[in-house]
Amino acid sequence: MSSVASETKFVRGLLIGVALIFLALFVVAPLGVVFVEALRKGVGFFVETLREPDAQAAVQLTVLVAAIAVPVNIVIGLAAAWAIAKFEFKGKAALITLLDLPFSVSPVVSGLIYVLLFGAQGWFGTWLKDYNVQIIFAVPGIVLATIFVTFPFVARELIPLMQAQGSVEEEAALMLGASGWRTFFTVTLPNVKWGLLYGVLLCNARAMGEFGAVSVVSGHIRGMTDTIPLHVEILYNEYNYAGAFAMASLLAGLALVTLILKTFLEWRHGDQLAAAKRH
Amino acid sequence: MTVSVRVDNIEKDYATHPALRGVSLEVAPGELVALLGPSGSGKTTLLRVIAGLERQTAGDVFYGDIHADALSLRDRRVGFVFQNYALFRHMTVFENIAFGLRARPRRTRPGDADIRARVSSLLDLVQLSGLEARYPDQLSGGQRQRVALARALAIEPRVLLLDEPFGALDAKVRRELRAWLRELHDTTGHTTLFVTHDQDEAFDLADRVAILNSGRIEQIGAPNDVLASPATPFVAEFIRGIAWRARGPFSEAATGGAFI
Repeated sequence: MSSVASETKFVRGLLIGVALIFLALFVVAPLGVVFVEALRKGVGFFVETLREPDAQAAVQLTVLVAAIAVPVNIVIGLAAAWAIAKFEFKGKAALITLLDLPFSVSPVVSGLIYVLLFGAQGWFGTWLKDYNVQIIFAVPGIVLATIFVTFPFVARELIPLMQAQGSVEEEAALMLGASGWRTFFTVTLPNVKWGLLYGVLLCNARAMGEFGAVSVVSGHIRGMTDTIPLHVEILYNEYNYAGAFAMASLLAGLALVTLILKTFLEWRHGDQLAAAKRH
Repeated sequence: MTVSVRVDNIEKDYATHPALRGVSLEVAPGELVALLGPSGSGKTTLLRVIAGLERQTAGDVFYGDIHADALSLRDRRVGFVFQNYALFRHMTVFENIAFGLRARPRRTRPGDADIRARVSSLLDLVQLSGLEARYPDQLSGGQRQRVALARALAIEPRVLLLDEPFGALDAKVRRELRAWLRELHDTTGHTTLFVTHDQDEAFDLADRVAILNSGRIEQIGAPNDVLASPATPFVAEFIRGIAWRARGPFSEAATGGAFI
Protein backbone atom coordinates (compact mmCIF):
# COMPACT_ATOMS: atom_id res chain seq x y z
CA MET A 1 0.00 0.00 0.00
CA SER A 2 1.17 3.46 -0.87
CA SER A 3 0.63 5.01 2.57
CA VAL A 4 2.68 2.25 4.16
CA ALA A 5 5.37 2.61 1.54
CA SER A 6 5.61 6.39 1.90
CA GLU A 7 5.71 6.12 5.65
CA THR A 8 8.53 3.58 5.37
CA LYS A 9 10.32 5.86 2.98
CA PHE A 10 9.93 8.76 5.41
CA VAL A 11 11.21 6.76 8.34
CA ARG A 12 14.06 5.43 6.28
CA GLY A 13 15.01 8.94 5.17
CA LEU A 14 14.84 10.17 8.74
CA LEU A 15 17.07 7.40 10.01
CA ILE A 16 19.61 7.87 7.24
CA GLY A 17 19.54 11.61 7.85
CA VAL A 18 20.12 11.22 11.58
CA ALA A 19 22.99 8.84 10.95
CA LEU A 20 24.59 11.14 8.41
CA ILE A 21 24.27 14.23 10.60
CA PHE A 22 25.72 12.31 13.52
CA LEU A 23 28.64 11.10 11.39
CA ALA A 24 29.24 14.59 10.03
CA LEU A 25 29.19 16.17 13.50
CA PHE A 26 31.15 13.59 15.42
CA VAL A 27 33.49 12.04 12.89
CA VAL A 28 34.01 14.11 9.75
CA ALA A 29 33.99 17.54 11.41
CA PRO A 30 36.62 16.73 14.04
CA LEU A 31 38.78 15.10 11.42
CA GLY A 32 38.47 18.20 9.25
CA VAL A 33 39.21 20.43 12.24
CA VAL A 34 42.48 18.56 12.81
CA PHE A 35 43.74 19.44 9.36
CA VAL A 36 42.33 22.99 9.35
CA GLU A 37 43.86 23.77 12.72
CA ALA A 38 47.14 22.13 11.73
CA LEU A 39 47.45 24.54 8.81
CA ARG A 40 46.06 27.61 10.61
CA LYS A 41 49.44 29.28 10.89
CA GLY A 42 50.36 28.32 7.35
CA VAL A 43 52.19 25.48 5.67
CA GLY A 44 55.53 26.93 6.77
CA PHE A 45 54.68 26.63 10.46
CA PHE A 46 53.24 23.17 9.88
CA VAL A 47 56.47 21.94 8.30
CA GLU A 48 58.50 23.76 10.95
CA THR A 49 56.64 21.99 13.76
CA LEU A 50 57.22 18.59 12.24
CA ARG A 51 60.90 19.30 11.67
CA GLU A 52 61.55 20.39 15.19
CA PRO A 53 64.00 17.92 16.90
CA ASP A 54 61.56 16.87 19.63
CA ALA A 55 58.87 16.22 17.04
CA GLN A 56 61.31 14.25 14.92
CA ALA A 57 62.31 12.22 17.96
CA ALA A 58 58.64 11.52 18.72
CA VAL A 59 57.99 10.33 15.16
CA GLN A 60 61.08 8.14 15.23
CA LEU A 61 60.16 6.63 18.58
CA THR A 62 56.61 5.93 17.41
CA VAL A 63 57.88 4.19 14.30
CA LEU A 64 60.42 2.23 16.36
CA VAL A 65 57.81 1.10 18.86
CA ALA A 66 55.45 0.00 16.10
CA ALA A 67 58.31 -1.71 14.27
CA ILE A 68 58.94 -3.85 17.36
CA ALA A 69 55.40 -4.29 18.68
CA VAL A 70 53.75 -5.23 15.39
CA PRO A 71 56.13 -8.05 14.39
CA VAL A 72 56.07 -9.41 17.94
CA ASN A 73 52.28 -9.45 17.85
CA ILE A 74 52.30 -11.08 14.42
CA VAL A 75 54.38 -13.96 15.76
CA ILE A 76 52.52 -14.31 19.06
CA GLY A 77 49.14 -13.75 17.41
CA LEU A 78 49.84 -16.41 14.79
CA ALA A 79 51.04 -18.85 17.44
CA ALA A 80 48.01 -18.25 19.66
CA ALA A 81 45.56 -18.44 16.78
CA TRP A 82 47.22 -21.62 15.50
CA ALA A 83 47.06 -23.26 18.91
CA ILE A 84 43.46 -22.27 19.52
CA ALA A 85 42.14 -23.05 16.06
CA LYS A 86 43.95 -26.29 15.30
CA PHE A 87 44.29 -28.06 18.64
CA GLU A 88 42.09 -29.15 21.50
CA PHE A 89 43.62 -28.62 24.91
CA LYS A 90 42.65 -27.89 28.49
CA GLY A 91 42.23 -24.23 29.31
CA LYS A 92 41.45 -23.23 25.75
CA ALA A 93 38.34 -21.31 26.75
CA ALA A 94 40.34 -19.47 29.41
CA LEU A 95 43.00 -18.59 26.85
CA ILE A 96 40.43 -17.15 24.44
CA THR A 97 38.99 -15.04 27.25
CA LEU A 98 42.44 -13.85 28.29
CA LEU A 99 43.15 -12.81 24.70
CA ASP A 100 40.47 -10.15 25.05
CA LEU A 101 41.81 -8.79 28.31
CA PRO A 102 43.77 -5.94 26.71
CA PHE A 103 40.57 -4.77 25.00
CA SER A 104 38.44 -4.92 28.11
CA VAL A 105 40.85 -3.34 30.57
CA SER A 106 41.45 0.41 30.61
CA PRO A 107 44.75 1.31 28.88
CA VAL A 108 45.81 3.26 31.95
CA VAL A 109 45.55 0.09 33.99
CA SER A 110 47.57 -1.74 31.33
CA GLY A 111 50.31 0.83 31.80
CA LEU A 112 50.10 0.67 35.58
CA ILE A 113 50.57 -3.12 35.49
CA TYR A 114 54.01 -2.57 34.02
CA VAL A 115 54.88 0.17 36.47
CA LEU A 116 53.92 -2.17 39.33
CA LEU A 117 56.01 -4.95 37.82
CA PHE A 118 59.08 -3.15 36.58
CA GLY A 119 59.02 0.27 38.25
CA ALA A 120 61.55 1.27 40.91
CA GLN A 121 59.09 0.19 43.66
CA GLY A 122 57.75 -2.69 41.58
CA TRP A 123 58.12 -6.45 42.04
CA PHE A 124 61.20 -6.71 39.84
CA GLY A 125 62.37 -3.14 40.48
CA THR A 126 65.37 -3.89 42.69
CA TRP A 127 66.43 -6.85 40.59
CA LEU A 128 66.33 -4.77 37.42
CA LYS A 129 68.23 -1.97 39.15
CA ASP A 130 70.98 -4.39 40.15
CA TYR A 131 71.45 -5.26 36.53
CA ASN A 132 71.08 -1.64 35.48
CA VAL A 133 68.09 -2.30 33.25
CA GLN A 134 65.63 0.56 32.84
CA ILE A 135 62.17 -0.41 31.64
CA ILE A 136 59.78 2.12 33.09
CA PHE A 137 60.26 5.71 31.84
CA ALA A 138 62.26 4.25 28.96
CA VAL A 139 61.71 2.75 25.53
CA PRO A 140 61.36 -0.91 26.69
CA GLY A 141 58.39 0.04 28.89
CA ILE A 142 56.71 1.82 26.01
CA VAL A 143 57.24 -1.19 23.75
CA LEU A 144 55.91 -3.60 26.39
CA ALA A 145 52.80 -1.51 27.06
CA THR A 146 52.16 -1.16 23.33
CA ILE A 147 52.53 -4.91 22.74
CA PHE A 148 50.08 -5.58 25.54
CA VAL A 149 47.48 -3.13 24.32
CA THR A 150 47.66 -4.20 20.67
CA PHE A 151 48.03 -7.93 21.25
CA PRO A 152 44.46 -9.04 20.45
CA PHE A 153 44.22 -7.57 16.94
CA VAL A 154 46.10 -10.24 14.99
CA ALA A 155 44.94 -13.21 17.06
CA ARG A 156 41.28 -12.18 17.06
CA GLU A 157 41.29 -11.76 13.31
CA LEU A 158 42.97 -15.10 12.67
CA ILE A 159 41.19 -17.41 15.12
CA PRO A 160 37.75 -17.48 13.44
CA LEU A 161 39.39 -17.68 10.02
CA MET A 162 41.61 -20.61 10.96
CA GLN A 163 38.76 -22.34 12.76
CA ALA A 164 36.60 -22.07 9.66
CA GLN A 165 39.34 -23.48 7.46
CA GLY A 166 40.10 -26.40 9.77
CA SER A 167 43.34 -28.31 9.55
CA VAL A 168 42.63 -30.72 6.71
CA GLU A 169 44.92 -28.89 4.24
CA GLU A 170 47.72 -29.09 6.81
CA GLU A 171 47.08 -32.80 7.19
CA ALA A 172 47.23 -33.19 3.42
CA ALA A 173 50.56 -31.36 3.30
CA LEU A 174 52.01 -33.55 6.05
CA MET A 175 50.84 -36.72 4.31
CA LEU A 176 52.57 -35.48 1.15
CA GLY A 177 55.82 -35.37 3.09
CA ALA A 178 56.06 -31.67 3.93
CA SER A 179 57.85 -30.65 7.13
CA GLY A 180 56.01 -28.64 9.76
CA TRP A 181 57.71 -25.41 8.68
CA ARG A 182 57.03 -26.01 5.02
CA THR A 183 53.40 -26.76 5.80
CA PHE A 184 53.15 -23.53 7.75
CA PHE A 185 54.76 -21.33 5.12
CA THR A 186 53.25 -22.90 2.00
CA VAL A 187 49.78 -23.85 3.25
CA THR A 188 48.73 -22.21 6.52
CA LEU A 189 50.17 -18.75 5.98
CA PRO A 190 48.98 -18.22 2.38
CA ASN A 191 45.49 -19.26 3.43
CA VAL A 192 45.29 -16.51 6.04
CA LYS A 193 47.49 -13.84 4.47
CA TRP A 194 44.76 -11.25 3.83
CA GLY A 195 43.25 -11.77 7.25
CA LEU A 196 46.71 -11.40 8.73
CA LEU A 197 47.32 -8.17 6.81
CA TYR A 198 43.99 -6.86 8.06
CA GLY A 199 44.93 -7.62 11.65
CA VAL A 200 48.37 -6.08 11.17
CA LEU A 201 46.81 -2.91 9.79
CA LEU A 202 44.58 -2.43 12.82
CA CYS A 203 47.39 -3.48 15.17
CA ASN A 204 49.73 -0.91 13.63
CA ALA A 205 47.18 1.91 13.77
CA ARG A 206 46.62 1.25 17.45
CA ALA A 207 50.33 0.79 18.18
CA MET A 208 51.13 4.20 16.73
CA GLY A 209 48.13 5.93 18.26
CA GLU A 210 48.09 4.42 21.76
CA PHE A 211 48.02 7.10 24.44
CA GLY A 212 46.83 5.84 27.82
CA ALA A 213 49.09 2.89 28.54
CA VAL A 214 52.12 4.53 26.97
CA SER A 215 51.48 7.73 28.88
CA VAL A 216 51.74 5.90 32.21
CA VAL A 217 55.03 4.16 31.49
CA SER A 218 56.72 6.84 29.39
CA GLY A 219 57.55 9.58 31.88
CA HIS A 220 57.10 12.20 29.11
CA ILE A 221 60.77 12.98 28.63
CA ARG A 222 60.89 15.24 25.60
CA GLY A 223 63.03 13.94 22.80
CA MET A 224 63.54 10.68 24.72
CA THR A 225 60.33 8.87 25.66
CA ASP A 226 57.77 10.97 23.78
CA THR A 227 55.67 9.26 21.13
CA ILE A 228 53.48 11.20 18.68
CA PRO A 229 50.31 11.04 20.82
CA LEU A 230 52.26 12.11 23.91
CA HIS A 231 53.91 14.94 21.99
CA VAL A 232 50.49 16.15 20.89
CA GLU A 233 49.50 16.42 24.53
CA ILE A 234 52.69 18.26 25.49
CA LEU A 235 52.31 20.82 22.73
CA TYR A 236 48.64 21.26 23.60
CA ASN A 237 49.40 21.83 27.27
CA GLU A 238 51.90 24.48 26.22
CA TYR A 239 49.10 26.28 24.37
CA ASN A 240 50.82 25.54 21.07
CA TYR A 241 47.54 24.55 19.40
CA ALA A 242 48.75 24.76 15.81
CA GLY A 243 51.75 22.61 16.73
CA ALA A 244 49.59 20.09 18.56
CA PHE A 245 47.25 19.81 15.62
CA ALA A 246 50.16 19.51 13.19
CA MET A 247 51.39 16.46 15.10
CA ALA A 248 47.82 15.19 15.42
CA SER A 249 47.38 15.46 11.67
CA LEU A 250 50.05 12.76 11.28
CA LEU A 251 47.91 10.38 13.31
CA ALA A 252 44.78 11.46 11.47
CA GLY A 253 46.58 10.80 8.18
CA LEU A 254 47.60 7.37 9.42
CA ALA A 255 43.98 6.71 10.36
CA LEU A 256 42.80 7.69 6.88
CA VAL A 257 45.37 5.50 5.15
CA THR A 258 44.44 2.60 7.45
CA LEU A 259 40.76 3.14 6.71
CA ILE A 260 41.35 3.15 2.95
CA LEU A 261 43.51 0.01 3.03
CA LYS A 262 41.02 -1.69 5.35
CA THR A 263 38.13 -0.88 3.04
CA PHE A 264 40.11 -2.13 0.07
CA LEU A 265 40.88 -5.42 1.84
CA GLU A 266 37.24 -5.87 2.84
CA TRP A 267 36.14 -5.18 -0.72
CA ARG A 268 38.73 -7.26 -2.50
CA HIS A 269 39.37 -10.12 -0.06
CA GLY A 270 36.25 -10.11 2.10
CA ASP A 271 35.93 -13.89 1.75
CA GLN A 272 39.20 -14.27 3.63
CA LEU A 273 38.41 -11.86 6.44
CA ALA A 274 36.78 -13.08 9.57
CA ALA A 275 35.91 -9.52 10.55
CA ALA A 276 34.11 -8.86 7.28
CA LYS A 277 32.03 -12.01 7.76
CA ARG A 278 30.93 -10.93 11.21
CA HIS A 279 29.50 -7.68 9.85
CA MET B 1 57.26 -50.09 -4.37
CA THR B 2 53.77 -51.03 -3.42
CA VAL B 3 53.67 -53.15 -0.27
CA SER B 4 51.22 -54.94 1.97
CA VAL B 5 49.51 -53.26 4.91
CA ARG B 6 48.99 -55.11 8.14
CA VAL B 7 47.21 -53.89 11.23
CA ASP B 8 47.40 -55.93 14.41
CA ASN B 9 44.83 -55.59 17.14
CA ILE B 10 44.34 -51.85 16.79
CA GLU B 11 42.49 -50.15 19.59
CA LYS B 12 41.60 -46.50 19.66
CA ASP B 13 39.87 -44.83 22.59
CA TYR B 14 38.45 -41.36 22.48
CA ALA B 15 37.67 -39.51 25.68
CA THR B 16 34.00 -40.44 25.50
CA HIS B 17 33.95 -43.78 23.71
CA PRO B 18 36.13 -46.47 22.12
CA ALA B 19 36.31 -46.04 18.33
CA LEU B 20 38.23 -49.22 17.51
CA ARG B 21 38.25 -52.32 19.67
CA GLY B 22 40.84 -54.73 18.39
CA VAL B 23 40.92 -54.52 14.62
CA SER B 24 43.26 -56.79 12.64
CA LEU B 25 43.50 -56.70 8.89
CA GLU B 26 45.98 -57.62 6.21
CA VAL B 27 45.91 -56.16 2.73
CA ALA B 28 48.06 -57.90 0.12
CA PRO B 29 50.33 -55.88 -2.19
CA GLY B 30 48.27 -54.46 -5.04
CA GLU B 31 44.97 -55.41 -3.45
CA LEU B 32 41.95 -53.08 -3.36
CA VAL B 33 40.03 -53.37 -0.10
CA ALA B 34 36.92 -51.51 0.99
CA LEU B 35 36.23 -50.57 4.61
CA LEU B 36 32.46 -50.56 4.75
CA GLY B 37 30.25 -49.67 7.65
CA PRO B 38 27.61 -47.31 8.97
CA SER B 39 28.70 -43.92 10.25
CA GLY B 40 30.36 -44.21 13.64
CA SER B 41 31.58 -47.73 12.96
CA GLY B 42 35.22 -46.63 13.14
CA LYS B 43 36.16 -47.04 9.47
CA THR B 44 37.53 -43.52 9.00
CA THR B 45 39.35 -43.73 12.34
CA LEU B 46 40.99 -46.96 11.18
CA LEU B 47 42.08 -45.32 7.93
CA ARG B 48 43.51 -42.33 9.81
CA VAL B 49 45.37 -44.62 12.22
CA ILE B 50 46.91 -46.50 9.29
CA ALA B 51 47.88 -43.16 7.72
CA GLY B 52 49.40 -41.91 10.97
CA LEU B 53 47.01 -38.97 11.26
CA GLU B 54 45.69 -40.46 14.50
CA ARG B 55 47.66 -42.33 17.12
CA GLN B 56 46.19 -45.67 18.16
CA THR B 57 45.75 -46.48 21.84
CA ALA B 58 47.13 -49.98 21.30
CA GLY B 59 48.18 -52.25 18.45
CA ASP B 60 50.59 -52.06 15.53
CA VAL B 61 50.61 -50.97 11.91
CA PHE B 62 53.05 -52.42 9.37
CA TYR B 63 53.81 -51.33 5.84
CA GLY B 64 55.34 -54.48 4.37
CA ASP B 65 57.92 -55.50 6.98
CA ILE B 66 58.37 -52.00 8.36
CA HIS B 67 56.69 -51.03 11.61
CA ALA B 68 54.87 -47.75 11.05
CA ASP B 69 56.36 -46.29 14.24
CA ALA B 70 59.79 -46.54 12.63
CA LEU B 71 58.72 -44.01 10.03
CA SER B 72 57.89 -40.36 10.60
CA LEU B 73 54.77 -39.05 8.91
CA ARG B 74 57.04 -37.58 6.22
CA ASP B 75 58.78 -40.87 5.51
CA ARG B 76 55.68 -43.03 5.46
CA ARG B 77 54.85 -42.13 1.89
CA VAL B 78 51.20 -42.89 2.31
CA GLY B 79 48.98 -41.44 -0.38
CA PHE B 80 45.88 -40.08 1.35
CA VAL B 81 42.81 -38.74 -0.42
CA PHE B 82 40.55 -36.77 1.90
CA GLN B 83 36.81 -36.79 1.87
CA ASN B 84 36.52 -33.19 0.77
CA TYR B 85 39.69 -33.38 -1.31
CA ALA B 86 41.65 -30.91 0.85
CA LEU B 87 43.24 -29.37 -2.22
CA PHE B 88 45.43 -26.36 -1.50
CA ARG B 89 43.02 -23.63 -2.47
CA HIS B 90 45.60 -20.99 -3.30
CA MET B 91 47.62 -23.27 -5.58
CA THR B 92 46.96 -24.25 -9.18
CA VAL B 93 46.26 -27.84 -10.16
CA PHE B 94 49.89 -28.11 -11.25
CA GLU B 95 51.24 -26.81 -7.93
CA ASN B 96 48.88 -29.07 -6.00
CA ILE B 97 50.15 -32.16 -7.77
CA ALA B 98 53.78 -31.03 -7.60
CA PHE B 99 53.55 -30.27 -3.86
CA GLY B 100 54.74 -33.65 -2.63
CA LEU B 101 57.69 -33.66 -5.03
CA ARG B 102 58.76 -30.16 -4.07
CA ALA B 103 58.42 -30.99 -0.37
CA ARG B 104 61.08 -33.71 -0.53
CA PRO B 105 64.43 -33.21 1.15
CA ARG B 106 66.88 -31.51 -1.19
CA ARG B 107 68.94 -34.57 -2.05
CA THR B 108 65.94 -36.60 -3.25
CA ARG B 109 64.01 -33.70 -4.77
CA PRO B 110 63.60 -33.98 -8.54
CA GLY B 111 64.60 -31.06 -10.77
CA ASP B 112 62.09 -28.64 -12.29
CA ALA B 113 62.00 -30.33 -15.67
CA ASP B 114 61.53 -33.70 -14.01
CA ILE B 115 58.69 -32.37 -11.87
CA ARG B 116 56.99 -30.91 -14.94
CA ALA B 117 57.22 -34.23 -16.74
CA ARG B 118 55.89 -36.17 -13.74
CA VAL B 119 52.97 -33.81 -13.19
CA SER B 120 52.11 -33.86 -16.85
CA SER B 121 52.03 -37.66 -16.98
CA LEU B 122 49.87 -37.75 -13.84
CA LEU B 123 47.49 -35.26 -15.43
CA ASP B 124 47.25 -37.62 -18.39
CA LEU B 125 46.60 -40.53 -16.06
CA VAL B 126 43.68 -38.76 -14.36
CA GLN B 127 42.50 -37.30 -17.66
CA LEU B 128 42.88 -33.66 -16.69
CA SER B 129 45.50 -32.48 -19.18
CA GLY B 130 45.07 -28.82 -20.03
CA LEU B 131 43.65 -27.89 -16.62
CA GLU B 132 47.00 -27.46 -14.86
CA ALA B 133 46.66 -23.67 -14.54
CA ARG B 134 43.20 -23.82 -12.93
CA TYR B 135 42.53 -23.27 -9.25
CA PRO B 136 40.53 -25.81 -7.24
CA ASP B 137 37.47 -23.57 -7.04
CA GLN B 138 37.36 -23.53 -10.85
CA LEU B 139 36.93 -27.32 -11.02
CA SER B 140 33.92 -29.61 -10.70
CA GLY B 141 33.71 -32.05 -7.80
CA GLY B 142 34.77 -34.98 -9.95
CA GLN B 143 37.76 -33.05 -11.30
CA ARG B 144 38.85 -32.03 -7.81
CA GLN B 145 38.66 -35.64 -6.73
CA ARG B 146 40.94 -36.65 -9.58
CA VAL B 147 43.41 -33.87 -8.77
CA ALA B 148 43.48 -35.10 -5.17
CA LEU B 149 44.22 -38.59 -6.44
CA ALA B 150 46.97 -37.39 -8.78
CA ARG B 151 48.49 -35.42 -5.92
CA ALA B 152 48.53 -38.52 -3.73
CA LEU B 153 50.01 -40.65 -6.51
CA ALA B 154 52.76 -38.11 -7.19
CA ILE B 155 54.70 -39.16 -4.09
CA GLU B 156 54.85 -42.78 -5.34
CA PRO B 157 53.05 -43.99 -2.24
CA ARG B 158 53.64 -47.31 -0.52
CA VAL B 159 49.90 -47.56 -0.08
CA LEU B 160 46.93 -45.48 -1.14
CA LEU B 161 44.22 -44.58 1.38
CA LEU B 162 40.94 -43.04 0.25
CA ASP B 163 38.45 -41.60 2.75
CA GLU B 164 34.95 -41.65 1.25
CA PRO B 165 36.45 -40.74 -2.12
CA PHE B 166 33.12 -40.17 -3.80
CA GLY B 167 31.15 -39.04 -0.77
CA ALA B 168 30.58 -35.49 -1.96
CA LEU B 169 29.64 -36.30 -5.56
CA ASP B 170 26.28 -36.88 -7.18
CA ALA B 171 25.19 -40.41 -8.09
CA LYS B 172 26.00 -40.27 -11.80
CA VAL B 173 29.54 -38.94 -11.31
CA ARG B 174 30.04 -41.47 -8.53
CA ARG B 175 29.32 -44.37 -10.84
CA GLU B 176 31.58 -43.01 -13.57
CA LEU B 177 34.44 -42.39 -11.18
CA ARG B 178 33.97 -45.78 -9.60
CA ALA B 179 34.64 -47.59 -12.87
CA TRP B 180 37.47 -45.21 -13.63
CA LEU B 181 39.09 -45.77 -10.23
CA ARG B 182 38.98 -49.54 -10.67
CA GLU B 183 40.67 -49.14 -14.05
CA LEU B 184 43.27 -46.80 -12.59
CA HIS B 185 43.97 -49.23 -9.79
CA ASP B 186 44.49 -52.06 -12.25
CA THR B 187 46.97 -49.88 -14.18
CA THR B 188 48.97 -48.53 -11.25
CA GLY B 189 48.65 -51.52 -8.92
CA HIS B 190 48.85 -49.65 -5.62
CA THR B 191 47.79 -51.38 -2.45
CA THR B 192 44.59 -49.47 -1.81
CA LEU B 193 42.22 -49.14 1.12
CA PHE B 194 39.11 -47.05 0.78
CA VAL B 195 36.42 -46.11 3.22
CA THR B 196 32.80 -45.97 2.21
CA HIS B 197 29.34 -46.21 3.70
CA ASP B 198 27.88 -47.11 0.30
CA GLN B 199 27.34 -50.88 -0.05
CA ASP B 200 27.12 -50.76 -3.84
CA GLU B 201 30.38 -48.90 -4.09
CA ALA B 202 32.21 -51.33 -1.84
CA PHE B 203 30.93 -54.48 -3.51
CA ASP B 204 31.27 -53.08 -6.99
CA LEU B 205 34.83 -51.87 -6.63
CA ALA B 206 36.80 -53.91 -4.11
CA ASP B 207 38.71 -57.19 -4.27
CA ARG B 208 37.70 -57.73 -0.68
CA VAL B 209 35.26 -55.97 1.60
CA ALA B 210 35.75 -55.46 5.33
CA ILE B 211 32.50 -54.70 7.14
CA LEU B 212 32.87 -52.73 10.35
CA ASN B 213 30.42 -52.27 13.15
CA SER B 214 31.02 -50.45 16.44
CA GLY B 215 34.79 -50.57 16.16
CA ARG B 216 35.11 -54.21 15.10
CA ILE B 217 35.45 -55.98 11.78
CA GLU B 218 32.40 -58.22 11.53
CA GLN B 219 33.45 -59.94 8.34
CA ILE B 220 36.08 -59.64 5.65
CA GLY B 221 36.04 -61.43 2.34
CA ALA B 222 35.52 -61.29 -1.41
CA PRO B 223 32.24 -59.59 -2.34
CA ASN B 224 30.58 -62.75 -3.61
CA ASP B 225 31.61 -64.76 -0.55
CA VAL B 226 30.25 -62.12 1.80
CA LEU B 227 27.04 -61.96 -0.17
CA ALA B 228 26.73 -65.73 -0.24
CA SER B 229 27.38 -66.27 3.44
CA PRO B 230 27.12 -63.29 5.78
CA ALA B 231 29.02 -64.12 8.97
CA THR B 232 26.79 -62.29 11.45
CA PRO B 233 23.22 -61.04 11.64
CA PHE B 234 24.56 -57.48 11.41
CA VAL B 235 26.31 -58.19 8.11
CA ALA B 236 23.24 -59.94 6.73
CA GLU B 237 21.12 -56.94 7.64
CA PHE B 238 23.65 -54.38 6.44
CA ILE B 239 24.06 -55.90 2.96
CA ARG B 240 20.45 -56.87 2.48
CA GLY B 241 19.76 -54.29 -0.19
CA ILE B 242 22.71 -55.29 -2.28
CA ALA B 243 22.24 -59.00 -1.68
CA TRP B 244 18.71 -58.77 -3.00
CA ARG B 245 19.84 -56.95 -6.10
CA ALA B 246 22.66 -59.42 -6.72
CA ARG B 247 20.24 -62.32 -6.79
CA GLY B 248 17.29 -60.41 -8.15
CA PRO B 249 16.22 -60.59 -11.77
CA PHE B 250 17.15 -56.97 -12.56
CA SER B 251 20.59 -56.94 -11.02
CA GLU B 252 23.78 -56.12 -12.86
CA ALA B 253 25.04 -59.60 -12.02
CA ALA B 254 22.01 -61.19 -13.63
CA THR B 255 22.23 -59.01 -16.73
CA GLY B 256 25.87 -59.66 -17.38
CA GLY B 257 27.55 -56.96 -15.29
CA ALA B 258 29.82 -58.37 -12.62
CA PHE B 259 30.71 -57.20 -9.16
CA ILE B 260 34.38 -57.14 -9.79
